[in-house]
Amino acid sequence: METMKVQDITPNDMPWKLRYEASRCTLCGSCVAACSFRAIAPKVERRRLVWSEGDYPEPKQRFSAVPVIRQVNSLTNYCRGCGICEKVCPNDAIGPVRNQDSRHPIVTRCLAGDSVKRGGRKNLEATVRTLDRLRVGRISQMTDPSLDAQRHTFDLLAPFGRILPPGKLPFTVGAGGNLEVTGQSPPVRWIYPVIIGDMSIGALSWRMWEGVAMAAAYLNEECGLPVRMCSGEGGVPIKLLKSRYLKYMILQIASGHFGWNRILKTMPHMVEDPAGVMIKIGQGAKPGDGGLLPAQKVAEHIQAIRGVPKADLLSPPNHQGLYSIEESVQKMFLSFNAAFKFRVPVAIKVAASSTSVAVFNNLVRDPYDIVGGFFLDGIDGGTGAAHEVSLDHTGHPIVSKLRDCYLAAVAQGRQGQIPLWAGGGLGRTGDLAADAFKMICLGASGVFTGRLILQMAGCVGNDMGRCNACNTGLCPAGITTQEPALAHRLDPEKVAQNIVNYFLAMDQELKKLMAPIGNSSLPVGRSDALVSTDRGVAERLKIQYVC
Amino acid sequence: MCRIGAIKSRHYIHASQALQLMQSQQEGHDNSGFAMVMQDLGGIFEGYKHLPTLSMACTDQGLKTAEDMMHAAGFQRVLQWVPEVNPEPGLDINAMPNYVFETFDYPKPYKKASDQEKQELLLDMRLQLRTVLEDDEQGYVYSFWPDVVTLKEIGDPRDIGTYFNLWQPDNKFTARVITAQCRQNTNYDIVRYAAHPFFLQGYTALANGENTFYQKNKEMQRKLHRGYIGFESDSQCFLYTLHYVHRQLAWPLPYFKHVVTPLPFDEIGRRDDHQQLQGIRQSLAHLEINGPNTIIGVLPDGTLFTCCDPKKLRPLVVGRSADVVVFSSEVCGVNQILPDRDWETDIYPNEREVVIIGNDLEVQRWRQ
Repeated sequence: METMKVQDITPNDMPWKLRYEASRCTLCGSCVAACSFRAIAPKVERRRLVWSEGDYPEPKQRFSAVPVIRQVNSLTNYCRGCGICEKVCPNDAIGPVRNQDSRHPIVTRCLAGDSVKRGGRKNLEATVRTLDRLRVGRISQMTDPSLDAQRHTFDLLAPFGRILPPGKLPFTVGAGGNLEVTGQSPPVRWIYPVIIGDMSIGALSWRMWEGVAMAAAYLNEECGLPVRMCSGEGGVPIKLLKSRYLKYMILQIASGHFGWNRILKTMPHMVEDPAGVMIKIGQGAKPGDGGLLPAQKVAEHIQAIRGVPKADLLSPPNHQGLYSIEESVQKMFLSFNAAFKFRVPVAIKVAASSTSVAVFNNLVRDPYDIVGGFFLDGIDGGTGAAHEVSLDHTGHPIVSKLRDCYLAAVAQGRQGQIPLWAGGGLGRTGDLAADAFKMICLGASGVFTGRLILQMAGCVGNDMGRCNACNTGLCPAGITTQEPALAHRLDPEKVAQNIVNYFLAMDQELKKLMAPIGNSSLPVGRSDALVSTDRGVAERLKIQYVC
Repeated sequence: MCRIGAIKSRHYIHASQALQLMQSQQEGHDNSGFAMVMQDLGGIFEGYKHLPTLSMACTDQGLKTAEDMMHAAGFQRVLQWVPEVNPEPGLDINAMPNYVFETFDYPKPYKKASDQEKQELLLDMRLQLRTVLEDDEQGYVYSFWPDVVTLKEIGDPRDIGTYFNLWQPDNKFTARVITAQCRQNTNYDIVRYAAHPFFLQGYTALANGENTFYQKNKEMQRKLHRGYIGFESDSQCFLYTLHYVHRQLAWPLPYFKHVVTPLPFDEIGRRDDHQQLQGIRQSLAHLEINGPNTIIGVLPDGTLFTCCDPKKLRPLVVGRSADVVVFSSEVCGVNQILPDRDWETDIYPNEREVVIIGNDLEVQRWRQ
């Protein structure tokens, strides 16, 4: 008999407990083999069987050694509730059960003396989402007929690039009475209003990243949807950099500059321009914090792409050498615009913050017309690895901040000049079309999404603490791992197929939202199309309150 | 539902023609008002084409206030025409006490000013009058421009015609271009300013259908020009866009169509002028209309034109004779004015064209 002390870690301290029925278990070992966290293990239990035969009690007993599956008592190898054991069990003998009485947040800190880290997104959610308090309440009827989502044509495109005010367009009237182009305009790409958000090779397994890139190419080449994918900060495979598919990629540079050595060296060999460059300043899930790729995920191929040794890769919280917004415009925007000879739009991504409008105002007044997009990321965005305290407690919701930025542009008559792109928890309920449409009505030119893409691929994590182990490199779905055995669980073609199908479904749903308000172009800023059943939300967003 | 119409003629025609044009379509509108803009004036205004005429409906106090302001600004009245009214009992009209059409000479310092300076002065003066007269609803200033008069009133168009003695043609109240509409803007508050046609610095526009991008248009236009005010009607946006594109940006008229109903991106991509069209589409995205609308417009030089939304959800027909061209929401309007025309030459403009009538009445059909 083991001696237990009250401070010892046992399954009832953990966030998940094992449901195990020995009577159903055939001891096939599938669950143990499949658990990437090593949170379950075979064990032999000593059993005593007492029985009695005859008319009067004459107890007899027998001892036996029985093989069973047990939960590991360890803060390193604890159950994340991913449910892979349940998935692979042929007899439904095992599965995780949420432990409402978990002491995990306390015991982890007490024993490790270190902050809690995980992946996923904010897990403290007790209220209804703002977007779910909005409805498309302005329906076209009679004098302005609804459109037919199946038969009318729709222009579902959004700008990526700096848009000049009409008075600055370099046009003059020619002799024939036509406008003639007499100068340069910044590059603007009209793309699908949903960008696949920035997730790096490194954060994602190479097979997952490949699946997403395949989906982007297929959506463009076969489905006619000009969807763009952002590389994330982690470089791009050289083969892709040299291919014509580069035109579907937005290259990201963040404070670690990971992967850019290779990108720059490949530039002379590029046959296409990239879709854009995104300068990442901040991230909604962990604002004020740099990127984090734990050493366990820095496999050989990641070392090669990023040009780094196997170590924790921490992007600094700031871009070194940038001390002001104006400086960022002059240094980073100018140099990246110049790098691609002013043919490629350069955008910026920042975490939503109380100060976002000030940042936006500075950029919108940029005298060089080189800021090609303002990507605003809210607190509900996901991440591959972060300190839990950052995930849960720092950040700013996206909806009102996006609206603030749009209205700031309206107040200056500059709406649309820097396209606003919003992200951070959009599609959280699984319905991205509705979220995207509402954000567009509130002033977004388009939206970006990352977390939902993982869920399309098979991510089992959720916002109630399930899995959230992207940081461990042990992703049970093969999505956020560099372990070959785990990564091979994921079929990249199936990933691509799921993403493509989701986008096709979403495209139909966006049309089903545009048709009733009678619009065939995206209703950017048409907040009159929205109503809210919540007075506070209505007042804050300056839309109609209904009850 | 709105019905809109316009008449452009080689010879001066009386305002009763506009009433006839709209009355024939009275089943299609709600008879809640009548408004018209007359340009290229004949009759009593013919001799004053180069001087601005103030069109105003006001109270006695409003009239005094306005005249004091005009006097203080240095304008000298050279002509006043107050229509004789017919206040019969039972007429459905919500009349103001005074209807004033006064022609002024410019203030002395402006005698040698450029046209541009005079145009800005006239706009500023009208905006000032409007602001001051808004207090206690002292009056409504519809236009202050050379060779233009405007009348707007709430009520049944037939009764409005009776009240102003407009049913009887004469040679006093005539023009070569008249645009008219018979409905108050019932989507929003019923106010006199909300009735089409709208007028700004020589440009006139009227429309039917709902502007589904009203909010986007309005938010953008408010910052574009000091004259883009009011927004009592979602159709004012069409006038402001016309004024902005044609006057402020000084782009030829066809580009107005590219702004309000831009081509789909894939079509733009196939055109030689794709750089221009994409630039227009993205820089003026907030002036797109994207709803069911037909627009009639008049330019400062008297050119009349029409175009509609890209799905042709609102129709319009153009009928013509040797001396007259008529735009009308319904063909019965054309039949009323030109019963003997060759109806086979009627034009039903399509969703991608602009039909333009020059001062020689030549019809141009310009395809987007």
